[in-house]
Amino acid sequence: MSDRFPSPFEVETPEGAQGWADLYAYPTLFSEGRREHEEAVFWFQDGVHWPGPLAPWDATLAEYAMASLSQYNSRHLLVPSSNGIELRILNGYVYLSPVPVPDEEVAERIPQFVDRAGHYFANWDDLYAGWMEKVRALIAGLEALDFAPLPAVEDADAVVKSGSGVGSGFRLLSAYRELLELAHLLWQYHFEFLNLGYAAYLDFFGFCKRAWPSIPDLAVATMVAGVEVDLFRPDEELKRLARIAVDAGLAPVLASGSADEVFARLRSDAAGRAWIVEYERSSQPWFNFSTGAGFSHTDRIWIECPDVPLGFIRSYIATLESGGSLDRQVEAICAERERLVAEYSQYLPDEAARTVFLAKLDLARTVFPYVENHNFYVEHWSHAVIWRKMRALGGVLADAGFWTSADDVFYLKRTEVEDALWDYYVSWSSPATAAGPRHWPAIVERRAAILDALRAWTPSPALGSPPEVVTEPFTIMLWGITSDSIAAWLGRSDAEDGVLTGFAASPGIAEGRARVIHSADQMGEVADGEILVAPLTAPSWAPIFGRIAATVTDTGGIMSHAAIVCREYGLPAVTGTGVATSTITTGMLLRVDGARGTVTILG
Amino acid sequence: MATTRRLADVGAQDAATVGGKAASLGEMLGAGLPVPPGFVIPASVYAECRLMWGHGPDLEDMVASLRGSGLAEVERACGDVRAMVASIPIPAHIEQAVHSAYSALCSGAGDPRLAVAVRSSSVGEDSAGASFAGEHDTFLWVRGPGEVVDAMRRCWASLYTARAITYRSEMGLGDRGLSMGVVVQAMVVPTSAGVAFTLNPSNGDRSVVAIDSSWGFGEAVVSGETTPDHFLVDKVLDAVTSRTVSDKVHEFRLDDDDRIVRSEVPEDRRTAASLTDAQVVDVARVARAAERHAACPQDVEWAIAPFGAGEPQVVLLQARPETVWSRLPARSLVDESDADPMSSIVSTLIAPLHAQPGDTPEQ
Repeated sequence: MSDRFPSPFEVETPEGAQGWADLYAYPTLFSEGRREHEEAVFWFQDGVHWPGPLAPWDATLAEYAMASLSQYNSRHLLVPSSNGIELRILNGYVYLSPVPVPDEEVAERIPQFVDRAGHYFANWDDLYAGWMEKVRALIAGLEALDFAPLPAVEDADAVVKSGSGVGSGFRLLSAYRELLELAHLLWQYHFEFLNLGYAAYLDFFGFCKRAWPSIPDLAVATMVAGVEVDLFRPDEELKRLARIAVDAGLAPVLASGSADEVFARLRSDAAGRAWIVEYERSSQPWFNFSTGAGFSHTDRIWIECPDVPLGFIRSYIATLESGGSLDRQVEAICAERERLVAEYSQYLPDEAARTVFLAKLDLARTVFPYVENHNFYVEHWSHAVIWRKMRALGGVLADAGFWTSADDVFYLKRTEVEDALWDYYVSWSSPATAAGPRHWPAIVERRAAILDALRAWTPSPALGSPPEVVTEPFTIMLWGITSDSIAAWLGRSDAEDGVLTGFAASPGIAEGRARVIHSADQMGEVADGEILVAPLTAPSWAPIFGRIAATVTDTGGIMSHAAIVCREYGLPAVTGTGVATSTITTGMLLRVDGARGTVTILG
Repeated sequence: MATTRRLADVGAQDAATVGGKAASLGEMLGAGLPVPPGFVIPASVYAECRLMWGHGPDLEDMVASLRGSGLAEVERACGDVRAMVASIPIPAHIEQAVHSAYSALCSGAGDPRLAVAVRSSSVGEDSAGASFAGEHDTFLWVRGPGEVVDAMRRCWASLYTARAITYRSEMGLGDRGLSMGVVVQAMVVPTSAGVAFTLNPSNGDRSVVAIDSSWGFGEAVVSGETTPDHFLVDKVLDAVTSRTVSDKVHEFRLDDDDRIVRSEVPEDRRTAASLTDAQVVDVARVARAAERHAACPQDVEWAIAPFGAGEPQVVLLQARPETVWSRLPARSLVDESDADPMSSIVSTLIAPLHAQPGDTPEQ
């Protein structure tokens, strides 16, 4: 038991990971020059988005995301109480530190915040429609990027006689710069609305807690949650494909074999080909869906790994064939949502309170579709395209002998990729021997070994001095960091033995055997009726939510994307326990209470 | 009017003739709530006995003469009055009627010496204005027709306990024209029991039912003898949202001689929850049904006990209007900043979230 976490400067480098700091850009590292500040503040590890050590290129998106978040709080909207979030990487893991606004500056920021944020709230629907267009155009821009090997001779018409005056080498370099720009722009867009959405939701949440002090968090969320949500579409598409397969008598064709084998069999007759057309219609865009949080190039994406959606489709076909239904009870969900609103408002003291309640609910419902939907467009769809394009680029350089496989490009920092492309381009132009093939393979190999060593290391959940009390609303909502979770990390919790506490993320009580998995690749190990215990879950795991009893995670708050989806699927969930995967082992008998946020180890 | 009436046959409209407790129990029973069966001896029976007895004015004068006396003096004189009332002669037709009502209750339960609770039900008690909680006596584990008649007289006598007299005086009520009915009800032997409020007594929140529960008879909870388990049930979700299981040192149990004795709770049950979640929800449902029926927040006593021939279930022992929060003006939820959405959002962002997500509500 201690009253503080280790200083970032006392954390040792794990065996075999010497030199890890070379994998990341210098501003992301703890450094002697900033030591006084860095030791004085509180850092928590972000396992919600980055459960493992970052590959060097993957750090790009982390940096873009945090810079954009910060910039909106501190420079655009002037959120009165919160500046941005500082990011550091230590032993490959992401640590974040919210930057407070000095007390004396809060008051002067209020009028500007009211003016700026007020404009967004007042024009939300129009601005959100504009956002949707911007993001779709951005994705189209990403899709249009072309990373092809440089030609032996430029095309006579297109390049030479057209008078463009620009060659393929230039275009290749500029395509990479454009990819970086679009990725940064994507994160600018992401935070244009998000914290405003949270702010309106928190205001509603705070009112509910004042009105009904013991109302469960999830009841508040249920009153606001949308019914037709894009984040649920991928799963709806799987169900659609399962229904079509059953109706067309294709169930036996889909029943076994790899996706390649299944698609080969389907192509052999008209009914099968018709199904493939439907499959392709669903996959674009809905299967641009990551099996993880979308922030790692190693997360698998449905559209690229058809075995994943096919596995889910098979289990839906089995449900249909055993007489089950896949229909979402949309009307029932709507009715329940309205029932909660009507019944809780009955317990308000007067008409004035009811008026305020309904106005806040209305605003929360206006902003919430963004909170729910942006995740699909940004972290899933756009990121999927970014990973795909980067892999194409990696493949070009792999073919040129820079490294072995396309994925090796992610062992380079984003600035190093530009150097490698320059090397490739300049050696093509001479032509001459590129330096890369003798430069990069050893680096790639060493970095892969470093990441393996970092993966085997367990990061401290936090660093530095904990705050007296966590009050920063976004930290609580998004990351699930509270005074209680900090106390638990420090071993100051007064929790009973054998009982883990976390966020009551989705209601219901379940008992069953634990299945601990550490990544989406292990999802196949999960058997019906088991309780899934994982560092975090992703929305794309939803198809197994129908057959497991409950889910327990190490990280995440009640507004984490996984929590939103669990509520939608009626799956009891406790998130943000901090220690589930290190305390629970597969086979333990658990009792999960998703309304109280407790996990009891029964034996 | 009949000398006795079946509990199921009386209701709220009879409060002036049978007393508040009998009226409310009858009302609940009539509404289909799980109230143990019984019968009522209306206040008119006491009046008739007083009339036949002829000591009417003497008692009130004796009480009135005590004003300003010392505590010991009051206690002694009250004891004299109670002794007189407890031996009041009972006309034969009244004795007959009570005997036969008791015997009907016995045959209904299949036990010729059915144990019953004999409860005071004074006219004017259990109104939302004054609870009279515990001011008059209740006699438990009464068996046999003669014993029931004696207990009935002792209920009447409890109009003259020093505490009842003091309470009336504090509430500005007189001692004349006192009127008391008596309820005779089958006893239940609970595995656990306690109280439930159809609002949160710590903050007045009406969206919850608050339940205190302990092992054995509800006396453990009511007397404050043991720290009970505490549960909150959300009325909208119909689910337990908070539970605090306490170390319950003592319980009240029935010994072989029909005596309720205080004993230590065996080690293995002390820190075990005295209600399952399903039972908590059932208790809340019964309390809410009582609230719905009475159309105001209720304070109920309940037990988990075998009822009739069936499995243990929730039994409603008593329901009365909640008197603390119901009398306060509704707390205002809306402040100036709520009128304007932006200033409300600013306050939310500046003022830390006092109730953080995931925190259990304060008790």
